[in-house]
Amino acid sequence: MGSPVTGADGTPLATANSTSPGFRPSTKRNTAELFMLAFASIIVTGALILVEANQEQELTMGIVWLGLSFMGVMTVAHLAVRRWAPNADPVLLPCVGLLNGLGLVMIHRIDLAMEDVKFPNGTTWSDAAPKQVAWTAISLLLFCVALKFLSDHRTLARYGYTFGFLGLIALVLPGVLPSFIAPEINGAKIWLSFGAFSIQPGEFAKILLMVFFASFLVQKRELFTAAGRRVLGLDLPRARDLGPLVAAWAVGVSIMVLQKDLGSSLLFFGIVLVLLYVATERAAWVVLGLTMFCVGAFAGWKVFSHVQVRVQNWLDPFADPSGSGYQIVQSLFGLGTGGLFGAGLGGGRPDQIPEANTDFIAAVIGEELGFVGLAAVLLVYMVFAMRGLRAALSVRDTFGKLLGGGLAFAVAFQLFIIVGGVTKLIPMTGITAPFLSKGGSSLLANYVLVALLLRISDAARAPKAAPAPRPQQPAIADQFTVMVERPK
Amino acid sequence: MNTPLRRVGIAMMAMFLLLLANATYVQVIKADDYRKDPLNRRVLLDQYSRERGRIIAADDTPIAAVEKTTDRLRFLRTYADGPAFAPVTGYFSTTYGTGGLEHAEDDLLNGSDDRLFARRVSDLITGRDPKGGSIQLTIDPKLQKAAFDGLAGVTGSVVAIRPSTGEILAMTSTPSYDPNRLASHDPAVQEEAWEELNAPDSGEPMLNRSVDAIYPPGSTFKLVVASAALADGATKDTQVDGRPTIKPPGTDVPLPNFNDSICGNGVTATLQEALAKSCNTAFATLANDLGKDKLNKQAAKFGFDDKDLEIPLPVATSTLGPMADTPAIYQTGIGQRDVRVTPLLNCMVAATIANRGTRMAPQLVKKIIAPDLSIVDENKPDEVDEALEPEQADTLRDMMVESEKNTAGGGKLNGVTIASKTGTAEHGTNARATKPHAWYVAFAPAEKPEIAVAVLVENGGDAGLQATGGKVAAPIGRAVIGAFLGGR
Repeated sequence: MGSPVTGADGTPLATANSTSPGFRPSTKRNTAELFMLAFASIIVTGALILVEANQEQELTMGIVWLGLSFMGVMTVAHLAVRRWAPNADPVLLPCVGLLNGLGLVMIHRIDLAMEDVKFPNGTTWSDAAPKQVAWTAISLLLFCVALKFLSDHRTLARYGYTFGFLGLIALVLPGVLPSFIAPEINGAKIWLSFGAFSIQPGEFAKILLMVFFASFLVQKRELFTAAGRRVLGLDLPRARDLGPLVAAWAVGVSIMVLQKDLGSSLLFFGIVLVLLYVATERAAWVVLGLTMFCVGAFAGWKVFSHVQVRVQNWLDPFADPSGSGYQIVQSLFGLGTGGLFGAGLGGGRPDQIPEANTDFIAAVIGEELGFVGLAAVLLVYMVFAMRGLRAALSVRDTFGKLLGGGLAFAVAFQLFIIVGGVTKLIPMTGITAPFLSKGGSSLLANYVLVALLLRISDAARAPKAAPAPRPQQPAIADQFTVMVERPK
Repeated sequence: MNTPLRRVGIAMMAMFLLLLANATYVQVIKADDYRKDPLNRRVLLDQYSRERGRIIAADDTPIAAVEKTTDRLRFLRTYADGPAFAPVTGYFSTTYGTGGLEHAEDDLLNGSDDRLFARRVSDLITGRDPKGGSIQLTIDPKLQKAAFDGLAGVTGSVVAIRPSTGEILAMTSTPSYDPNRLASHDPAVQEEAWEELNAPDSGEPMLNRSVDAIYPPGSTFKLVVASAALADGATKDTQVDGRPTIKPPGTDVPLPNFNDSICGNGVTATLQEALAKSCNTAFATLANDLGKDKLNKQAAKFGFDDKDLEIPLPVATSTLGPMADTPAIYQTGIGQRDVRVTPLLNCMVAATIANRGTRMAPQLVKKIIAPDLSIVDENKPDEVDEALEPEQADTLRDMMVESEKNTAGGGKLNGVTIASKTGTAEHGTNARATKPHAWYVAFAPAEKPEIAVAVLVENGGDAGLQATGGKVAAPIGRAVIGAFLGGR
């Protein structure tokens, strides 16, 4: 591509809107968004009512208030979009709202299930839902702030290296810090803990590094598109251009080593590969990247016992159903018991599934809503990712294309890794399901991701500025003759 | 750049399709395997949270019911008068499973029994919560409580049977336990109760002594030997050994009568007197004269050696032992050596004699009632065997009436003729220094028997070495008979 950037993208669009005739008024899209958000709120409230009814909780007007306040919060987000990104895709926010709301209901539902459970060490379950509601509010606040202050996504490109540096620090920090501040939880060292408050910097690193790679690749893409040697029908890149790929590979492997976090390692590697491919338009990078991935994965499997355990549990979880295979076995039982139509919201047994409100939330959804419900949730993700990708396709600047494509892919790929792991399609690696899982950092980072996607989509769908008055054309006869390239 | 972005889009679609295909495989194709896997605790938990059927006594008094709760398991099992009925009902615990009838009739009570199949199908269609069936017992709750009160302070068992039908009117065992604690939805309460009940010094409260324990029957076994003699052609006037003490051939160990007392004229006595005075020498020689085949044959007609006896609680097998040598046969004749009976079987011996020789199958469950209160199944009285000719049974009855006249101990009833036999069974490695078990088997009224009882008091209760069946067990038996006959 690489079409010249039209300068009007960043300018306040409201004026462009009002002055240019012939474009659909943006209020129509915005109203569609509001209706979809209302629909999402109704689904979420309905889900909450079902959970409460099935769990024999008293049904009070409080639930309606909860539903209304959820809708209120989403309306604020909607107004922010309407104000600061009026042309943005109206589907993106309702998808996120639905997923986030459903996630909150599931987290609350799991709280109810865990109330009766007493842990062997004498402690009892502490409810996660109130915390997650607070995180949702904070995330939406950050979302509005991001929309307001980032009026043009291309500004980010200017700080590419800064973001890259911050991203690397965020990524490696938990791995290198001592364990009193970066404790190892469930075998992965990916948390920074400050008393009761803990964050997962890797979630932010995902976005920071994506911004860096996008801006870096846009600047240097000429270097990568220059052909190297042609081997076996592949245009191999020149050795000196391999730098970023090697760097990405090194980052991926070092996450695996330092933090034992296979999921993030896989996620980063996949994102870098996709960005590289989109920027260079060369399949050779993909082939090369996958080869390096396979080498890294094989080496990791050879060297690290925790990788071997994961692979073993993937191949045959029933070999050790009460030990290392426990999680995946319980997840499969939940999914299988849910069957086609599920046990009903509130009718399942999420207390049987470990880490039900984080890594395995998809298994709980699969149990209570069945295959139908799980498929619906997956399709909402797919709609979100595809609409994001569409924004990338139609935005006019290369940085926006690269970043938008990367963000959309990141959500889809992250979902693939976690749901694939939970359903035994691929080895289980612990990462969150975007918007659904419990976890403040994840929610915060993913809402920033949405803000960026909305910003790119806003730029993509903004009406072009009124064309400058055309210079008076000379008569055809007075034109130059031009050399035309012969079609290949 | 749009071409690679579109391809990334296709890759994303492929990932979603893979997830959906795999979810289909797990939730539709493999679902049944996972659902039914024995490691899947959901099946069990579902049964626990289903409305379990009730256990009701013969007069419709509920002895095991359910209470609705607000917690996860939804229904709490409750036992009215728990300790008195525990040997019958057993227990129902989420942690420790089931015991007693709760175990034996579990399929029915939890609703998965085939006899409730039609009902289950209609539940499935109408969406009604499945319920378990109820069972009505033959137990007379007033009698059960009288028997339980009679055993207060001692370790033992009382069984009462209606001779004409084989219905078990009472079945108690002490010390007992309260199954309510094991049914608690608080795992800590369950655990505490379980550990207390299974502690080494707890006195085995969970042992159902009526059917799970076997004891030497002592002199009560003389009823079986006398039956064998009558069946062999003897009458009540047949002369048998009346010496105060004998030495069985092949041993130097003397076999004396109780307190070395004389029977008849000191050389011979009538069979009736021998039974009435419980002469050991008479029955030891009688057993030897009959031989082990005739003894075994007669015993089998009363239900000995029946390994499949179920009421539907499984009943421990009563047996005469191998009778390997002559002294063993002598000792067997007086209910010692290797003879072992359950209190239930000893009651069956009395009931069979009371029913003029016809042995009825013992029954504990009278009716099976579907959740809609329709009767699914009703147990009819079942003749199993003809243990004695009616005339022989009448003779034996008359001999037992004489025995009752010779039996000391309190609680004699006015206006009721009881036919009975006591037993004082030595046991332990040093029999002389071990407190004997006290027995009393009886039926009444002798002319037209309505109830047969067997009373066992382990180690003679608090009467110590001086304990006899007459002193310790007979008053309890008479009280139970009095409660039944006087309570109408």
